[in-house]
Amino acid sequence: MSVAATLESRSLRIGAHTRRRKWIGRAVVYLVLGSFAILYLLPLVVMIFTSLKTMDEIRSGTILSLPLEPTLEPWQVAWSSACVGVECLGIRGFYVNTIVMAVPAVIISTLIGALNGYALTQFDFPRQRLVFGLILLGAFTPYQAILIPLTKSLGSFNLAGNLAGLALVHTIYGIPFTTAFARSFYLSLPPDLVKAAKIDGAGFFRIFYSIVLPISPPILVVSIIYQFTGIWNDFLFGSALTYGEGAPIMVALNNIVNTSTGEKPYNVHMAAAIFAALPTLLLYVFAGKYFIRGLTIGSVKG
Amino acid sequence: MLVVLPSGLLLLLFVYGFVFWSFLLSLTSTKITLVYDFVGLKQYGLLWANDRWITSITNLFLFTTLFAGISVLIGLAQAILIDQKIRAENTLRTIYLYPMAISFIVTGTAWKWMLNPGLGLEHLVRSWGFESFRFDWIVSQDMAIYTLVIAAIWQSSGFAMAMFLAALRSVDGEIIKAARIDGASGVQIYRSIILPMLRPALFTSVIVLVALALRCFDLMVAMTGGGPGFASDLPTNFFYQFAFGRNRLGFAAASGIMIFVAVVLVMGPFIYSELRNERSRNA
Repeated sequence: MSVAATLESRSLRIGAHTRRRKWIGRAVVYLVLGSFAILYLLPLVVMIFTSLKTMDEIRSGTILSLPLEPTLEPWQVAWSSACVGVECLGIRGFYVNTIVMAVPAVIISTLIGALNGYALTQFDFPRQRLVFGLILLGAFTPYQAILIPLTKSLGSFNLAGNLAGLALVHTIYGIPFTTAFARSFYLSLPPDLVKAAKIDGAGFFRIFYSIVLPISPPILVVSIIYQFTGIWNDFLFGSALTYGEGAPIMVALNNIVNTSTGEKPYNVHMAAAIFAALPTLLLYVFAGKYFIRGLTIGSVKG
Repeated sequence: MLVVLPSGLLLLLFVYGFVFWSFLLSLTSTKITLVYDFVGLKQYGLLWANDRWITSITNLFLFTTLFAGISVLIGLAQAILIDQKIRAENTLRTIYLYPMAISFIVTGTAWKWMLNPGLGLEHLVRSWGFESFRFDWIVSQDMAIYTLVIAAIWQSSGFAMAMFLAALRSVDGEIIKAARIDGASGVQIYRSIILPMLRPALFTSVIVLVALALRCFDLMVAMTGGGPGFASDLPTNFFYQFAFGRNRLGFAAASGIMIFVAVVLVMGPFIYSELRNERSRNA
């Protein structure tokens, strides 16, 4: 129950005066909340409006003026013919790149995380805390402190500059997060669940596969969404470890915005930006609950 | 127990091994190819004598303080207001938090466009009749860093809101009822009972937002590119420029290690206390 609800339920005798004051209070609350909502939505509205205008209309109007002759041309250009560096094939290819790279990285890191998280809960506590602490600190290591050795190593294994290398990197550096998710979930399970199976003589993998995994979908979804959002939105690894056509979407978007010569096609930039934001935005809208859970565990517990 | 071994080794190598390797590099005069001639702390000396580094550190300090501070205040206000038994709570929460699902590159691209002095916000306000309105922070030496603060707050303040709201929802109703019976007013209850109970949420929000700010890179790249000149540069970009643009790897490694030290100083005690609390909860 909310704090305010508790407060109110105990409100004593309400006279006409208090009722009016209460009404004004409510109005202020809604006004402030509504203003915030508008402020938060405004950038998205500006993006959408701009992406539907011609450059002429952009020059003659303002960022908030409605597109009078809406056109989808900027969207088409952004998707298939905008210039990224010297290549003018739009962001389509980079979209595909990112999906091809993200899907295995998300799945593999999530599964490894689940396995790790479960195994950790079977440790005795002091050891669990030490190992998990080290894993957690790994989640927060700024990548600037590892990037030079990383590029050098990938280079010597022929994994620099390609998507396989990038997928590998995302998998490895995702493990601390996926492990933290899984561990927090398995810690809350009743220990008896596993004990019975152990008495029956089932081995670790057997128990994991037939008892633990089947009840794990809630946390697997959290992990998948968190990982996908992180990988899809990554820029640093993408720009340091890939080049040219092998780049992921955010690197491509940044290049589109920075490579246009002459007058900048802001409408195309905004369309490209919306394309780039769409997958994670949709995930958020349709699976917000899991997204928020991921954020909370992912930050509080590393 | 052998199950975690592969991941453990992988992280040991890819995280701790690489950090150590970076540290070793920072003690050498390496430019492009790795040379292991140990020159002591020379690179660190050069780093702290470098104007651009000092600018980026100053910027980081400003950015982190303002971003975390204001985000927490906004998040707290939103959470308290949302907690007033209002309609459309879910919709509002969704709206406040959606920017977090978007990448910093997209956020930066959008805000760069909105703050465009010729066609963006400045132009909009002028079209309302305020002809002399000026808002050209994004191209201003002194103000560019603040545009990063604005965009970053828009992007991440929803996080603080979510943390505070979760904490408000877990406040024990009985305590409030008791205070009510003792004759405490609503404001009093908020000030002396509820706000102190939000301290852990405040702590977590600040730490997470500070950690986010310390690692902020993409937003700056997309919005100002560190410019004009390097007026809005951040240490992460400093590192990137020297490592991949100018090929001064030893020097760049030194800056990377400094960022690492800063993050460990912030996150280390936090993780330690989180895990300690977990133990006492379990015991």
